[in-house]
Amino acid sequence: MSTHATEGRRRGLRAPKLPRPRLPRRDRGLLKDEEVVPWSIGDRIGLAAAWFSGLLLCAIAASIVIYMLVRGLQYVNLSAIGQHPIVQSTTTITGTSGGYLDPIEGTLILTTLGILIALPIGVATAVWLSEYGRPAWLARAVESGVEIVAGTPTIVLAIFGLLIFSKSLFGFLSFTAQGGAVFGRSFFIAGIMMSLIALPLVVGSTREALQSIPAHVREASYALGKDKISTIRRVLLPASRKGIATGATLGMGRIAGDTAIVVILLGASLTLQPYGNAPLVGTLRGTGSTLTSFVYANSPAGEGNSPTKAYAAAFVLLMIVILMNFVVDLFSRQRSDPWAR
Amino acid sequence: MGPLKKPPPVRRIVVDDEPTIVEPPKGPNGAGQTVEGASALLSAPRKREGKRGTVKERMRTDELGVAYAGKPAVKAVSLPVNQGEVLGLIGPSGCGKTTLLRCLNRLVDQTPTATRSGTIYLDDEDVDRQDVTELRRQVGMVFQQPNPFPMSVFDNVAYGLRERGSRRPSRAALRPSVEEALDRAGLLEEVKDNLTHPALRLSGGQQQRLCIARSLAVNPEVLLLDEPCSALDPRSTTIIEELVMKLRADIAIVIVTHNLQQAYRVADRVGFMYLGDLVEYGEADQVFGAPKAKRTREYVSGGFG
Repeated sequence: MSTHATEGRRRGLRAPKLPRPRLPRRDRGLLKDEEVVPWSIGDRIGLAAAWFSGLLLCAIAASIVIYMLVRGLQYVNLSAIGQHPIVQSTTTITGTSGGYLDPIEGTLILTTLGILIALPIGVATAVWLSEYGRPAWLARAVESGVEIVAGTPTIVLAIFGLLIFSKSLFGFLSFTAQGGAVFGRSFFIAGIMMSLIALPLVVGSTREALQSIPAHVREASYALGKDKISTIRRVLLPASRKGIATGATLGMGRIAGDTAIVVILLGASLTLQPYGNAPLVGTLRGTGSTLTSFVYANSPAGEGNSPTKAYAAAFVLLMIVILMNFVVDLFSRQRSDPWAR
Repeated sequence: MGPLKKPPPVRRIVVDDEPTIVEPPKGPNGAGQTVEGASALLSAPRKREGKRGTVKERMRTDELGVAYAGKPAVKAVSLPVNQGEVLGLIGPSGCGKTTLLRCLNRLVDQTPTATRSGTIYLDDEDVDRQDVTELRRQVGMVFQQPNPFPMSVFDNVAYGLRERGSRRPSRAALRPSVEEALDRAGLLEEVKDNLTHPALRLSGGQQQRLCIARSLAVNPEVLLLDEPCSALDPRSTTIIEELVMKLRADIAIVIVTHNLQQAYRVADRVGFMYLGDLVEYGEADQVFGAPKAKRTREYVSGGFG
């Protein structure tokens, strides 16, 4: 703000007449009224457009939240959170649903699974890209690979996943019919494909955090006789904790909000349908639903056609995602480069 | 002077010409000429008045040269580094001072484009034949920017001590060494009650002393300081300069500095580098008071740089 003021003074004292220039309090009185040159018409239109777009975006965001809040609170019903959806068939979306306990569980399971897969792979990729990255052609290839994954529509990822995981090789991840046909739909499979959505975000923000660490910090570790591995392990990764957490939270938000992969790869059963008797593994090999597929199934476009349920579930989903964005905001508010002076 | 070898011959530099090595000119018009502009410098208070202790050669470079992607940055520099005295490297920016310093602990190996020629000896042993980890423990380094690691004060100092052997020493076992290092760096009094606090919360001057303590913890023979005060306020600078004076009896210290007055205050011996050449090397009083080379005379009297 003070740089803006000095710039104004240097550049021939151009300052807006309409609206009145609001210099910082300590700079007021530096300019006499006759020194204030009015803005040109183009500048005024630009200023108005900037104000308008900013306010419009705020209005859109506010109207989404308020609308979902009103609609959601109207129908959200705490007991419904604890109830299973009412189901008529296990493998098609037909249920006129009851509560949404299973979709909430599904969202939590899928988000956790997806980020657990994406985090180690993403951090490792980012470390390699940032700290090794040699040979250069391979680094470029990895980078474009990550970009391609980031740019692939999730519906394409979903179809691709179905194609791959229906192979008998991957039969252990899902339900196998008596004829030997692999169903190719389960929490495992959806989680694996979901991790691909989170992966680019984890890679991107981890890498950015690593690259923001000044070279002299690495050298200080080498200068104490440490090798690259212990430098990465003891200095660089701890220093990029915030970046990694930001990437993971962003990725979780994306996973929680994705629909295409759930609809195609989670088996489209509204309730959790474990496969096998093992307690956790059975659930993960089985099918289920998430809040997104639940909203879809109950929206007027879906087969359930029960919009009030859809509003309530959408509200819960929105709250989860907003909460995650809030957490990201908390992370990024802290100073990113503690060595900068 | 102690058992010192003869200082390397002086190079004569003519602009746009290869520098030539000449014997220092004798007589009233050449060497021994006092510098007018340096008189203010010479009247500055000195910190190195105290006794110098026994001077012993610890490191030596022999025809050391470094090139970055073929472009020479340091050209055939031969110079000794002695324990018991402080060697100051002065010169304009980009003239190879830091590069020379980074050769001494082989940190220059980290730069992929750098190629090095010549030999460096630590206690008469070629450093290229030594284990780089062991070398870097013996030759510590402190950087221009204070750069504590994102961990507690204690863990920063213990960092170099840990993972030394196969088993990691416990906190209790490390405590005496950590406190000794902090004490040597003059920081113990200030931080002894909050050793577990994050190091990055310390002030800039404290962070830099922590970095010195971190280097001292592994008991180095040589300490390299790369403009250690350029990011600090005058008070912290004074503390660190006094610290350097105190440490020089046990450790050979090389300090790179842009600040001529700092070099005059702390260095016993000064090397002036210009465009990759070691133009002049000698006692601080001689280099500042009666430089042999014309370049040095111009530089110390503020003519360029």
